[in-house]
Amino acid sequence: MTVRDVQHFFGHNTQKDLSLISSDASVFHGELGFEALGSASDICFVRRKQCFNNEYVIVTEKMLAGMGLKESGLTINLAGLQLANPTVLASGILGYSTETLERLVKGGAGAVVTKSIGLKPRKGYANPTVVQASCGLINAMGLPNPGIDEYVEEFRQARDILNVPLIMSVYGYSAEEYATIAKKAAAAGADAVELNVSCPHVKDTGSEIGQCPEALAEVVRKVRASVSKPVFVKLSPNITSIADIAEVAVKAGADGLTIMNTVKAMAIDVETAMPILGNRVGGLSGPAIKPIALRCVYDVFERVKVPIMGCGGIVDWRDAVEFLLVGASAVQIGTAISLKGPNVFRGVTLGIKRYLEIKHFEKVEEIVGLSHRS
Amino acid sequence: MSAYHIAANRLRATTILTVKAESPTVKTFTFKDAQCAKAQPGQFLMLWIPGVDEIPLSILDANEDGLVSVAVKRVGEATQALHEAKAGHFLGVRGPFGNSFAMVKGRVLMVAGGTGTAPLLFLAKRLVPRMARGVFVLGAKTKSELLFMNQLQQILGKSQIPLITSTEDGSCGVTGLCTELVEQVLAKEKFNIIYACGPEKMIRKVFELAEENRTNLEASLERLMRCAIGLCGSCTIGKYRVCADGPVFTSKQFREVKTEFGNSKRDPTGRRIPLD
Repeated sequence: MTVRDVQHFFGHNTQKDLSLISSDASVFHGELGFEALGSASDICFVRRKQCFNNEYVIVTEKMLAGMGLKESGLTINLAGLQLANPTVLASGILGYSTETLERLVKGGAGAVVTKSIGLKPRKGYANPTVVQASCGLINAMGLPNPGIDEYVEEFRQARDILNVPLIMSVYGYSAEEYATIAKKAAAAGADAVELNVSCPHVKDTGSEIGQCPEALAEVVRKVRASVSKPVFVKLSPNITSIADIAEVAVKAGADGLTIMNTVKAMAIDVETAMPILGNRVGGLSGPAIKPIALRCVYDVFERVKVPIMGCGGIVDWRDAVEFLLVGASAVQIGTAISLKGPNVFRGVTLGIKRYLEIKHFEKVEEIVGLSHRS
Repeated sequence: MSAYHIAANRLRATTILTVKAESPTVKTFTFKDAQCAKAQPGQFLMLWIPGVDEIPLSILDANEDGLVSVAVKRVGEATQALHEAKAGHFLGVRGPFGNSFAMVKGRVLMVAGGTGTAPLLFLAKRLVPRMARGVFVLGAKTKSELLFMNQLQQILGKSQIPLITSTEDGSCGVTGLCTELVEQVLAKEKFNIIYACGPEKMIRKVFELAEENRTNLEASLERLMRCAIGLCGSCTIGKYRVCADGPVFTSKQFREVKTEFGNSKRDPTGRRIPLD
């Protein structure tokens, strides 16, 4: 494997680091448990600087094979992003701090999406912001975030430390705002942006844009024109035809889609006859919405050619495989962290790998959309 | 699909049974809740004041008969509304959440500051009858804010465990901060463990004293909390979520979060701000 292959495989971020690697790279006893390094010629994986006390972690092809990572065929290309496995942290979950993102990456996330970031700081709604329903959660956080200018400081730090694609979720109140934030995100090192045009509980943004084809197309076009990184669009199920709106997003330039955001919902307390959420209405997530999300991915896959990240109620590997079968190239996980903890990503990945082995598939992409053949 | 455990912790409606004024700014509220009644010392619950807010509170007491109590200091809109509520008022409860204090039975030093006394009173109730020896250090700004003095004297008295107090204005006990008392106690005596709860700056100081004396510390932290189930990221300190990985942390964990511990927290926007 050549240096160029490595760059091709892991994207532009490795370029700077690679020039610094000498052939006599020292032995590294990291938490991955590698004992020795090969020569620089068979390098195929490079962690970024500052990962562990300013040392480089170099993984040779042999080691990757030993870990079962390369041979497992779990790596995927998502609109140009290279993921070591198809599990992704969904937006809105634990996405503020570098340390928590790092923990989720250690828990096995193949990529992470940050909380949705706006132009200005936003406090979000008063509690209760999360209510537990029968088979999931209803939340109305209200897009709390420190604002892009403050957040890029934190994000740059994450960029330096984390070796997975970092996708910044952005929201705005106009196409210009989306574009401005996306530009700043890309400048801070975001590998891609995910446009939140589907938050069901904040006025004048989110699903109010994602439900209007003209507004959506304008947002996607403006963002597409202002950044060179892949643009993902996260769509809302709270619409008549998600496939129609997906087509609008793709025609306007979306490189990939996240299907789907939460389902608009509410909870009522019978003693006081009051809506429980501070904002009265919120979005339902968790196992309750998985069948809806599966159907949405199925419909969208029939209509568009761009990669889809499936999202909605994924708790275990079986859920994830179902999403892959209906057409998702990757899956986003959020609510399940409250049940299974930050290592849920690793568990799901191992389950997918086992499924591929048992069913005699070599690569995860072979099962993407398999349910459409009949 | 695996059973979705979080669904077993839905919001329950309950009514306030008793309200008791503990100090000019603190009241305790008792209500019935079967799930929280099983709580261990150190755990917390989320209390919904309908139409106002939902706030995290340390559990002050939990009984087999299903009664649960919390101590609430009047600090903002939600606690003000709660202070105005009388017996019979409806509340919503979620919990118990988080971990609890490890019950070390050797020589125990307990350090409580302000409303941080609540979880330590709960701990003392359960632990004092079983522990070998100990000291309880209680601190507050002024005499009237020294919480649960009578109950503590009763519990500790039975096992001849000294209760020593400090107030910043000198109106009761030693004048100054309770950490000064902790320093003196640690200079004289060795402990197997220190339990602490109070303002984070106080806990940080206790942590440093514990490190100097090579004594293990377990302390309960407080942060802005929203989801309480480890998802929203409002309450993080370093790589930990106070709601799901805490609220009780050990010396080993405090060493890992030294930059933030006692120095900064996150505001409602997620921005890092200095601790007051």
